[in-house]
This record gives sequence, structure tokens and C-alpha cells, in this order.
Amino acid sequence: MSKNTRRDILRTTAGAGSVAIISWFGPRVDAAGADSLAPQAVASRTFSYFTAPEIAFIDAAVSRLIPADELGPGAKEAGVTFFIDQQLAGSFGRAETWYMQGPWKEGTPEQGYQLKLTPAQLYRVGIQGIDDYCRRTFNKKTFAELGAGDQDKVLHGLEKGEIELAGAPAKEFFSMLWQNTNEGFFADPIYGGNRDFAGWKLIGFPGPRYNYVNEIEQYGKPYMLPTVGLMGRNGSAFRKG
Amino acid sequence: MATKLKPVDVVLVGFGWTASILAKELTDTGLQVLAIERGKFRDTVPDFATTHIQDELKYAVRGGLFEDPARETLTFRNSLDQTALPMRHLGSFNPASGVGGAGIHWNGQNWRFLPTDFQILSHTEARYGKNFIPADMTIQDWGVTYDDLEPYYDKFEYLCGISGQAGNVQGKIQSGGNLFEGPRARGYPLPPLKRSYATVLFDKAAKDVGLKPFPCAAANTSQPYKNPYGVQMGQCTYCGFCEWFACGNYSKSSPQTTIFPALLPKDNFSYRTLCDVTRVNLDSTGKRATGVTYVDVQGREFEQPAELVILCAFAQHNVHLLLLSGIGRPYDPKTNQGVTGRNYAYQITSSVNVFLDENMNPFMGAGALGQAVDEFNGDNFDHGPLGFIGGGYIALWTTGGRPILQQHGAPEGTPKWGGGWKKSMHENYLKSVSVATHGSVMSYRDSYLDLDPTYRDVYGNPLLRLTFDFHDNEHKMSKFETDKAALIAKAMKPRSIKINYREGHYSILPYETTHNTGGAAMGADPKTSVVNRYLQSWDVSNVFVMGSSVFPQNPGYNPTGTVGALAYWAADAIRTKYLKNPGPLVQA
Repeated sequence: MSKNTRRDILRTTAGAGSVAIISWFGPRVDAAGADSLAPQAVASRTFSYFTAPEIAFIDAAVSRLIPADELGPGAKEAGVTFFIDQQLAGSFGRAETWYMQGPWKEGTPEQGYQLKLTPAQLYRVGIQGIDDYCRRTFNKKTFAELGAGDQDKVLHGLEKGEIELAGAPAKEFFSMLWQNTNEGFFADPIYGGNRDFAGWKLIGFPGPRYNYVNEIEQYGKPYMLPTVGLMGRNGSAFRKG
Repeated sequence: MATKLKPVDVVLVGFGWTASILAKELTDTGLQVLAIERGKFRDTVPDFATTHIQDELKYAVRGGLFEDPARETLTFRNSLDQTALPMRHLGSFNPASGVGGAGIHWNGQNWRFLPTDFQILSHTEARYGKNFIPADMTIQDWGVTYDDLEPYYDKFEYLCGISGQAGNVQGKIQSGGNLFEGPRARGYPLPPLKRSYATVLFDKAAKDVGLKPFPCAAANTSQPYKNPYGVQMGQCTYCGFCEWFACGNYSKSSPQTTIFPALLPKDNFSYRTLCDVTRVNLDSTGKRATGVTYVDVQGREFEQPAELVILCAFAQHNVHLLLLSGIGRPYDPKTNQGVTGRNYAYQITSSVNVFLDENMNPFMGAGALGQAVDEFNGDNFDHGPLGFIGGGYIALWTTGGRPILQQHGAPEGTPKWGGGWKKSMHENYLKSVSVATHGSVMSYRDSYLDLDPTYRDVYGNPLLRLTFDFHDNEHKMSKFETDKAALIAKAMKPRSIKINYREGHYSILPYETTHNTGGAAMGADPKTSVVNRYLQSWDVSNVFVMGSSVFPQNPGYNPTGTVGALAYWAADAIRTKYLKNPGPLVQA
């Protein structure tokens, strides 16, 4: 499997808006040592599971699901692609805690997930299937190469199950992608997403603060202390594994 | 071949709330007690430190404190004509694995059931007539009354240091409390929690529409508290990480924070972790248990002899073990004969999202910080013209504002993703709350647990099979409750509301509630119950079954208060009756 750093990816996929994104962070710095408040050493952002085309797909898809706009960074800028990569490389991606014994049968919607695929496998075949569909439908272009309008059309088609993918049900893939995008945008930055607290700042969540005894009865007043994560005020403090 | 171990007096299967209560009560009599737990040992220090426990992804989303379906799950179908398929990952409910059980990750919402809840069949027949009960509904009286249990409710509440406002002390109605509750001997040990802004608005709105709201009783300590065992708890800090998390502050009642300091040092108590009990062993008559078989983390099998076997696992796991061990005749929905697995029930919930103009700071909260009304619970209202049985409470909880799973929805018409969704999150997270309904589910002939014919667990044993769906009675009741919730929500003078009725089939995902009940129902008649009024197996008198598995149907309240009360009630019966004269405490 190819190992790509975030910087390699920016280089290889630059063109479709990547350059503009960098400005969200000001001068780009490596995660390690980005903030003197960081108490612990911080791991570097080396991709573990996704291939370069998969990174291009996820970057493009999460940019439509949670776009960068006047309200602030979107999912891509918040590191959601890297977050999903790390989740898929870990126990979630391997369905480690799931019951994965056969026989395998298609169930009713009420019976929940019944695929033989682990989340990591679902992403692999799902992305392959979507890019194949896009090449067939949009003049040999991959999903990442489409304009925003066509990308949204494809995402809606997946969400509604109107697009047939070889190897995986589109609805199931979309639902997992949206769930993981949400997680990556709002989970503590130690998992690689929600970078610089982009998700929390968007909504006004101050992070896992510990004591509101003095504030809870101050009705209607905004909470003023700065955002913190589990590793303090450094919102790019990613913790490997 | 199993290695046979030295006998103990009592073996407890599981080491959560009920096992901890039984262990304390029975070791106090001098008995040698052993608890066997499938999960790990864990305690406030070092496992729950606030430096890492407030991690929504790890604990709430990925279920860091929950059971792993890879090791233990069940199969599910809505009806008998379907093929049940495995619950491959957790969804609808989240049982725990590990010492302390779900007592670690609960919110701490602590209720007593209504006096009429324990006599639902006889009460309903008397008030509305026999024909009022649908033909396929299999509700029954519990064989125990509210008055029987009152001292034991009290004991559990003083163990936990419950924060609340009494509504009925010895028959005298107390202003500001729940006037529908059964009479209690004394008030709660601690005053109610501080109120969030949202609960203040709910309180006013409920009064405006003519209801009598009250602060919910909380197993989150509003003040420092020392319980009757001498165990000290600290004041809750309203950090908003209760349910799905463990408390690092000694403020949420759990076996660890209320019992362990008084239990673990005892020489006549011991526990083993990472051990799966696979059978209750019976002698050749099938009427006496000789102990249990379990498998340790290295895969070694052991036989643990014991005089008394008490099942203290999570609801459906107790039933699984009974079925695997051949205790009680398995229930057959076709003939309506048999008892083990009969009367599985659940709860039916719904919500109304309320979008307000002001800042609610939803992230400041506690698991049981809520304001509720009880006018529409149990038989607190006339069901005659409504044509359904049961009810629920309506509450506004401020449990926290964790951003992945606790977004209170978006107003009608908001896109599900994209820029419009993002804008809505930006505008609404701080200014939205939700009014919840928490409704009862009756028991039915076709809602039950048995062994799956196809799927196996890691030991090759059949998985438990759950057959369950919501019935018309519950849909009607839930719609009624939800409409009442919407009335209160509207009286909060919001920008808008969004009503989320519970419609359609029961689904194994997404999350609804971990209030699974039944399968080892208690009762007065061995033809329709697995255990008698003392939670003792009718068929194997040295086996007792704890927990919500003994509920014959599920009332409209959170179960833990009653689970705790029943554990103390059973412990008392074992101490004062069974030990003097081991054998059936009730003649069949």
C-alpha cells in the first residue's frame, strides 16, 4: 500500500481548490510543535490505509458533505480525510468488535448491517465502484474530477440508493461515509480530524471542559473560555493509534 | 475437560449493580461469595480520569465501555415469519461489559415504578374490564407490590445518594415533587441538581399548559454525600459526559462509587474477570444447581461448584444462560406454553426538537438533570376513551451537548448535508433542546427470546434470538405522549419545533434505549413466570435471577431504581428466609 503524507496529497491533487484551502490555517506548519501549549509530542500525519486515488475521492466527497465557506473550514480542511484513514486502519476499519460470522444474508432494513465487508473493505470497493460509475457516466472523469454540481448529484444518488455500484450497496456506503465525516468533523482533534477545533468552533462547543458549577445557572450567557481538547488548547495535536 | 475448583457458598454471574448489592448483603452474613465477570476490572482511578474519559468518539460512538458483539450478540427479527439475523454491531441498545456493568455508563436517571405498575393486569381489568386488554397481550401482575418494595427502593436511593424532590412522603403530597409517585417513607437523601436554562423553560411551559412538573431524581450527586456504607461521593460538576462515559469525579452512583470500598476489602469476597460463564450446572434431578462452568481468557474451562447461583448479568444474557442451561421450560409462542424467554419487552421513545432564540449552553449538564411531568404515565390518566394501555413520562433532559451524537436535530426543511446543513448546525447547536417521551411497552405473545437455530457464539453455543416488534397499543400510546410533548414544546415559545413520532417497525438500529426487559418474568404463577416473587427460580430453587429480565412487562420509567430495589428485596429474602431453610420460598 502506498503511504502518502498530507503534503504529498496536496501536491498530487492540487488544482481543484486545494490551494485556496491552505489559507484556513495561515502559514502551514507540521502538526508536531505547531503550538507551544501542546504538552505531548505529536505524531506526523502519515496516511495508513487510503491509496492516492482514494484520498482524492474522500477529499472531494467530504468537501461537498461539509464544505468550506464563509462560516469556516469544511471537513477536508478539518482533516476528515486523514481521520477516516486512521479509523479504517484501526479496529473500526477491521470491524474488530463486530460479529462477523456467517451465514450472510440480506436482511430487512430493521435488521441493520448485514454485509460481509468490514468498513475498510466497504470503502475500498465503494470508492472503486463510484469512480467506475463516474467514468462511465461523466466522460471518463473520476468523482474528484467532477464539478461540484455533478458531485452533489452523485452523492444524492448514492444516498437514495439510485446508483448501482459493483460490490457494495450505495446506500450503505453513503451512510457510513456521512457518519464518519460527522465523526471526523466533531471528534476530539487527537484522532486527526476537527483540526484547530474547526467543528467545535462552528457550533460553539467549548470542548471537554470539566466544571460548569459556576456557569450552569447563568442563563442565556455565552460561555467565554477558549476551546480545549483532550490534549489542551492545541487543536492540531493528533495522537497516533 | 473442565478443571473443578474449590466450592464457594455463592457464585454471582456478572459483577455489575445487582451482583455488587448481593455480594455486599450476602458477605455480611459470613457467606463466601465469588463474582464472575466477562469483562475487565475498572475503577475511577485510573480508568475514568477526566483527562481521557471525556472522549465522545472512543466511548459514545465506538462503545469503549460496551460489550463486543464479536463475543456476545443476539439475532433479531420483527416477526415469527422472518429469519433472524445477527446484530453485527451495537445499535438499538448498549449493554456493558466489565466490572460495574451498565452502572458505569448509565445517565443516573433513577425512578420508582407506580403502585399500579406492579398490578397492571388486575388493576386494568378492575378499572376498564377484561375486554380492554388486547387478545395477544400477555401482561401480568408482578407478584410483589409497591408497598413490599418501598423499603428497598429507599435503601437503593440512600446507597446512591439520589438528588431529588419527593412528591409523596407517607401519603402527604409535597409541593414541587412528583405528586403521582407512590408514598415514600422519607424524602431523597440530597436536594435536586441545579437547573439548566432549558429545564427552567420547560418547567414554566408545563405549568402554563396546566401540568405539574418536577425535578427528575438523579444518581448524580448535587452535594457531597456519604452513604450508609460510609462511602464518600463528590458534588457533580455538570461536565455533560455521563451516559456512555464513566464519571471521573465520584459523582455518578455506580457499584464502584457506592459499594466497592465496603466490599472489596472483605476476605469472604472475591471476583474473577475476563471469564465467560457458559452454563449453570444442574444435578441429575435437574432441580438443583451444582455451580457454574466458565471459560477464562486463555480458553481454559473451569467448573465452579456453589450452593447458590445468582444470575446478575444484563437482562437478555441472564435469559440466554437459563436457556443454555435448561432452567425453566423454554417458551413457545405457537402453543403459548413454557416460560423461559417469554414476555420480552422494551420501551418506546420519541422526541420533539425545540429551536429557541436564546443561548441554552447544552454542553453544561448532567445525565439525570431533567424536569418532567408524569400526568400521562402508567394509569395516572383515564385510558378508557383512548383505547390503549400504558404511558410514559415527558421530560426535558440536559444531559450534555456532545457534538457527534447529541445534536438536537435541525429545523424542518434543513438539508441532510452540505452548506445548508452546516449553516443550520452553526445557528442551532446552542439554541436547540429536545423534549423526550419515555413510554412503556406491554408484553405480547409474539415478543420473546429463544435460541437461534443457525448462528453461534465464540464457544459454539447458539446465540440468543430476539423476536420483537412494536404493537398498535404502543404506537397509539406513543403518539398520544408525543402530542402532549409537542404542546409543552410549543408553550416554550420557540422559533420552531420538529416532532419526531416513533412510527413503523422496531429496528435494531439506531440507538433507542438500553431498557431491555423480560424473558425471566417474575410472578405468582409458575405457568407464566420463571421466578417467584423473591426472584427465585420455580424449578431450581438454589438459582435466583436479578435485573430487568424479571420484569413481566416494561413500565414507562427507567428501570435501574426498580432493579436495585428488587436486588435488595431478593437479598433480604435470601438472608432472612432462604438461608434458614434452603428450598422453594413459595410453593408452586
